[in-house]
Amino acid sequence: MSGTILEVENLSVDIPVAAGMLHPVRGIGFSVSRGETLCIVGESGCGKSLTSLAIMGLLPKTARRNADRIEFLGRDIRNLREREMARLRGGSMSMIFQEPMTSLNPSYTIGNQLAEVYLRHVEQSRAAARDRAVFLLEKVGISSAASRLGQYPHQLSGGQRQRVMIAMALMCGPELIIADEPTTALDVTIQAQILHLLAELQREFRMGMILITHDLGIVARVADKVQVMYAGKTVEEGPCETVFDAPMHPYTQGLLRCIPIPGRTRRGERLGSVPGIVPNLVGELSGCLFRNRCDHARDACAGMRDDEPTRMGDGHAYTCLRAPGEISGELQAAEAP
Amino acid sequence: MTEAPAPALETVEVTCVFQVSQGLLRGSKPLRAVNGVSLKIPRGQVVGLVGESGCGKSTMANILLGLQRPSSGDVLYAGNSAAGFSRREIARRIQPIFQDPYSSLNPTKTIESIVSQPLRIHSVGAPSEWSARVGEMLDVVGLPRRVASSYPSQLSGGQRQRVAIARALIMRPEVVICDEPTSALDVSVQSQILNLLQDLKEEFGLTYLLISHNLAVVQHMADRVAVMYLGRIVEEADSDTLFNDPRHPYTRALLGSVLTPDPRLGVPDTHLGAVFPNPIDPPPGCTFHPRCPDCMTICRSEPPQPAVDGGHNTECHLYGGAVTPRTATQ
Repeated sequence: MSGTILEVENLSVDIPVAAGMLHPVRGIGFSVSRGETLCIVGESGCGKSLTSLAIMGLLPKTARRNADRIEFLGRDIRNLREREMARLRGGSMSMIFQEPMTSLNPSYTIGNQLAEVYLRHVEQSRAAARDRAVFLLEKVGISSAASRLGQYPHQLSGGQRQRVMIAMALMCGPELIIADEPTTALDVTIQAQILHLLAELQREFRMGMILITHDLGIVARVADKVQVMYAGKTVEEGPCETVFDAPMHPYTQGLLRCIPIPGRTRRGERLGSVPGIVPNLVGELSGCLFRNRCDHARDACAGMRDDEPTRMGDGHAYTCLRAPGEISGELQAAEAP
Repeated sequence: MTEAPAPALETVEVTCVFQVSQGLLRGSKPLRAVNGVSLKIPRGQVVGLVGESGCGKSTMANILLGLQRPSSGDVLYAGNSAAGFSRREIARRIQPIFQDPYSSLNPTKTIESIVSQPLRIHSVGAPSEWSARVGEMLDVVGLPRRVASSYPSQLSGGQRQRVAIARALIMRPEVVICDEPTSALDVSVQSQILNLLQDLKEEFGLTYLLISHNLAVVQHMADRVAVMYLGRIVEEADSDTLFNDPRHPYTRALLGSVLTPDPRLGVPDTHLGAVFPNPIDPPPGCTFHPRCPDCMTICRSEPPQPAVDGGHNTECHLYGGAVTPRTATQ
C-alpha cells in the first residue's frame, strides 16, 4: 500500500537480567498508514512502551532488538547507524512522552527548546525556527505565543507543557507521531482538549499516529485500529469498532468488563475483574500466557502456538484457541436481556 | 438519639489560606486553596468530590483528616466541633487511603508492621494480639496471610493498595477518605479495589469521601457528588441528579470530558479555554468566567451566590435568583 508509513513484523525485545533473559516484547507486528491512528492498549508491563522505544531506537543499552522488518517510509531502519537514526528522530518520526514535567528541560526556555529541534533537522536560520515555533504554539492553542518563547517550563501548567511537547513534536513536520500515554498525567477536561487537538492536527497534517495507552475510553474515541497487548504479545487486533463491538479474546472481554461505564453499569454493582497477575516473562515461555487468568482455559492452551492468530476478515484477529462461533454465540447471549 | 442524626462529617464555611512566597523581596500573597466550603458527609453514604488538580480537593482531605487546620470555619465530627478533638482522636474516626500505594507505604517496614502501626500508636489491646488482628485484616482485604512478613517492594500495586486499605480499617474508623484510590492502578486491578471498597462499606458500615477525577468511578460509587472549582463547591447534588441534569457549565464540561468506550463517538470538544486561572490571583466575579462557554456580563464582576433547589445546589449566575436555566444565554 502506498500510504503505509511504518511496517513492523515480528518485533521482539530481549533484556538480559540476573535471573535469565527477560522477554518483554515477544514478536509483534503492525502497520500504520498516512492519516491513520493505531492504538496499542494494555496494562503496565505488557511491553507497549518498549515497543515504541524499539521503533525509535531508544531502547536501554542492554536490551536486544530483533525484527523481521521495520520499514519506515519504505526504508529498512533496522540497521541504521545511531547518527542516521538521530536524523529521523524528531525529524520525520517524533514522540510525545507521558510526563510533560520531566521531558522538557527546566533550564532552557520554551523557545530555545522548540528552535533546537528545527535547527538540528531543517535549517540554520534562527528567525525561521522562531516563526515556526510561534506558528505551532498558536496551532496547539497557546495564547500570546510569541511572548511564551522566553518562558521556562515551570511557568506553564501541565496542560500547557503537554501542548508545548506536541508543538515540539510537530516542529519538523513529521510523518509519524508516537504518543506514549500523552494524557495520563492530565485532568479529564485537559485530556479531552489534548486528544481533540491531536486528532485535529493529525487530520490537518495527514500524519500517522501510534497512540499507546491503558485507557479503553481513549482507544474507543480516537483509534482507527486497535492492538491489544498482553505479556509482550498481541492478543487481539482489528478495526476499532469491530474490536469494541465483538471482542473475541478473553483478555479484551475482561478489560471491557472491568471499567464502570456511565449508563451501562449500575451504581454499586460489582465490576468484572481479571483475577490473577501477569506472568513472569523471564526464560522460556510457551503456550498462551493468559491461561492462568482465563475463565476458558483448557489443557490445550499450554501447547498453543501464539504466533498463529485466528483471522476473522477485515483485519480482525485474535490469539485464542476458542472458535469464533463459540465466542460470538456467548456475546449474543450476553447482550440479550 | 436525635431524630435527624448528625452527618458523620461536616464542614462549615471552611476556608484555608496559604501564604505563597512571590520571590525573595516581593513578599507573599494569600492563596485561598479552600474558600468557604460547607459539605455534609452523611453516615453510611459515599460522597464524591471531583474537580481538576489545584482545585483544593486534597487540601479538603487534609482538613477533614485533621492534618491541616482551616484558617476559618469548622469541621464537625458527628456534630461536634473539631476544637474538642486531638489529632489522635480524629485519627481514630477518620482514616485515609491515598493515591499512590508506592509512596504511601514505608519501604523499610514489613506489611505486619505497617498494618499494625495504628494499633501501636493508639495502644489498642495487648501487643500479643496485634499479629492476629493484622492476620484478620489481611483476610478482610483479600491478601494471603503470608504477606505479613513481606516488604512493600515485594507486592504489586493492587496488593499494596490492599495493604493501605487494611491499615486504614484496622482501627475500625467511621469515615474513610479515599484520595484517588485507584488512579495509579491498572484497570483490571482498579475494578478489584472498587469492588473491595464496596464490600467493606457494607461489612463495616463505612462512610466514604471519594476524591477522584475519574467521573465514571465516582458515578459508580457515590450517592452524592460535589464539584469543586478553585476552592469553591460550584455544584452539589445526588449522584443521579447531578449526572442526569448537570447545571453548572463546569460540571457539564467535566461530564462531557468523560471518555466512555464507545467507538462511534469522537473526542468531545469541551469548549473550555486552555488557560487555567492562577489561584493566587483569581479572576474577579465568578472564578470560572474566563473559561465559561456561557459567560454573561454579570459573571465578570459579581461572584454568584449559591442557589438551592431541593438538594441540588448550584453556584452560577445562570441559576441565581429568577434566571431560568439555559435560556439566559439565548
